[in-house]
Amino acid sequence: MFAATAVALAFLLLPIVAIFARVSPGELVAQLSRSVVTDALVVSLKTSAIAQALVLLLGTPTAYLLATRRFRGRSFMVVLVELPLVLPPAVAGIGLIAAFGRFGLLGEQLNAFGIQLGLTQAAVVIAVAYVSSPLYIRQAIATFEGIDPNLVAASRTLGAGPARTFFRVVLPLSRRGLAAGEALAFARGLGEFGATIMFAGSLQGVTQTLPLAIYQEFNADFTTALAMSALLVVVSGALLVALRLTLQWQPSKPTSRFLFAPSR
Amino acid sequence: MATLEADFTLPLRAFALDLALEVSRTVALVGPSGAGKTSALRVVAGLAQPRRGRVALDGEAWLDTEFRLSLPPDRRRVGLVFQDYALFPHLSVRANVAFGARGRPVEALLERFRIGHLASARPPELSGGERQRVALARALAHEPAVLLLDEPLAALDAHTKTEVRHELAELLRELELPTLLVTHDYEDAAALADHVGVLVEGRLRQLGTPAELVAQPRDAFVASFTGANLLRGRARRGEGALTAIRLESGDDLYSTDEAEGEVGVVVYPWEVSVARTHMPDADSALNVVRGQVGSLVEVANRVRVRVGPLTAEVTAASAIRLGLAEGGVAYATFKATGTRLVPL
Repeated sequence: MFAATAVALAFLLLPIVAIFARVSPGELVAQLSRSVVTDALVVSLKTSAIAQALVLLLGTPTAYLLATRRFRGRSFMVVLVELPLVLPPAVAGIGLIAAFGRFGLLGEQLNAFGIQLGLTQAAVVIAVAYVSSPLYIRQAIATFEGIDPNLVAASRTLGAGPARTFFRVVLPLSRRGLAAGEALAFARGLGEFGATIMFAGSLQGVTQTLPLAIYQEFNADFTTALAMSALLVVVSGALLVALRLTLQWQPSKPTSRFLFAPSR
Repeated sequence: MATLEADFTLPLRAFALDLALEVSRTVALVGPSGAGKTSALRVVAGLAQPRRGRVALDGEAWLDTEFRLSLPPDRRRVGLVFQDYALFPHLSVRANVAFGARGRPVEALLERFRIGHLASARPPELSGGERQRVALARALAHEPAVLLLDEPLAALDAHTKTEVRHELAELLRELELPTLLVTHDYEDAAALADHVGVLVEGRLRQLGTPAELVAQPRDAFVASFTGANLLRGRARRGEGALTAIRLESGDDLYSTDEAEGEVGVVVYPWEVSVARTHMPDADSALNVVRGQVGSLVEVANRVRVRVGPLTAEVTAASAIRLGLAEGGVAYATFKATGTRLVPL
């Protein structure tokens, strides 16, 4: 059993160690100032920020509705929300092109407004939002479902309307769960590759995100690819640690003076 | 004093809750768990939507299905104290109480409920009694026109409960708010409310003052729920004004109530005397049940003794004088006037 664990851990860790082992840290940092890297970093951060803002803004109410209302077709909608999670990235890319591309389902309507999504930063945002939102929404539904309905009822009988109840009771109590979901969605969006390269292309400074730049440099300059990979490893690792800390952090830990069980 | 009217039908899983009540002082709904008690409060608060009905305070409708009217909970002036109190765990005691206060200062309320020193504590740090006081203060800070209490004493331990029951009764008298409370404990209901309604499977079996319920229980369930002994038997007209009841054990009992056929004989524990020997000539009580002494339970300065099928309540002093011990034989006696006959 111990041997199996050791093998598994080594297997999981080895590629990450390899990224840092081949080139000296100084060399890695030096590579990061190349324009292909900085351009990709800017595109990644900008598109991620916009995409995640959309995910939070649209995903939170969606999740709350699905978590608190019982209506016909609800479970079907939950499955629908989770579908992009299991979809192969190539399928997601084709789907996005077929829907929003110039000759896609909505292409004509978008054209009428002078909007062309293909090969633009907006396309990157759509691709990132498409693949990452299910992670957030799924976690948000679970979080909202875990909130004692009596707390919501209590708020309502104390004169708070649905909006005030949401912002003063539901949201503060869900903060940690939502943050965890968003961290996962952000990490997934940052690493998005397949759907983006198909739907948005890989134009340096416009649609080329870090993963796309890694793929391009892998053929041209392997050291640069390594440097960008190292950067993503650091960012992802930091996210993971932050996630763990968020989930473990307790506001006002009960001390030994108070031995009573918390009221749900 | 204001009057709350509630008359509605709410379908529940196994039956429909069908209730018609007028509450101007304190009304308690008692019944076994699952009788629909909490649902009744939820309808009044606007948290559950009945199929049919009307809820109004002094003629002002909060719910009227005929006019498709149903005010949301935040526009009904109710103070609902939940069974588990439902305090906001992320807010301090002060912020909990201030939640519905619309900016009014809450210091006086905190002091009144003796939770001023806990103002910055969070609910998970409080004891059961403290949580209950916070929940009451929070509900009252909203200045409700109607108070709804869901099992206000159930979450407390026995020691705290007696004390809180007195305090709560006192508070309800002072507040002069129409109050609807639900509990599974008849003694709590009788101690807190002017009127008690016995609710079984969504229907009110009987509504009356605690004294009326004990004096004239409408059926066997109400009688046993209010703490009476219930013996089954067959009634026939006896001598004079008496009804004779032949019990399943073959013994005869006598009652001044009139009935025929299958009946329940209701005797309250305080009507029953206990003796070690029985002298028919010396005892004016017509009814005698000989039985083995079962459990002896001390309640305050009284002792509840089980004699055969009956529970009797005697003073602690006489329990000692009689030398009652579990397993011994004793005679339980009670007068024909101390019995009620109810349909089964």
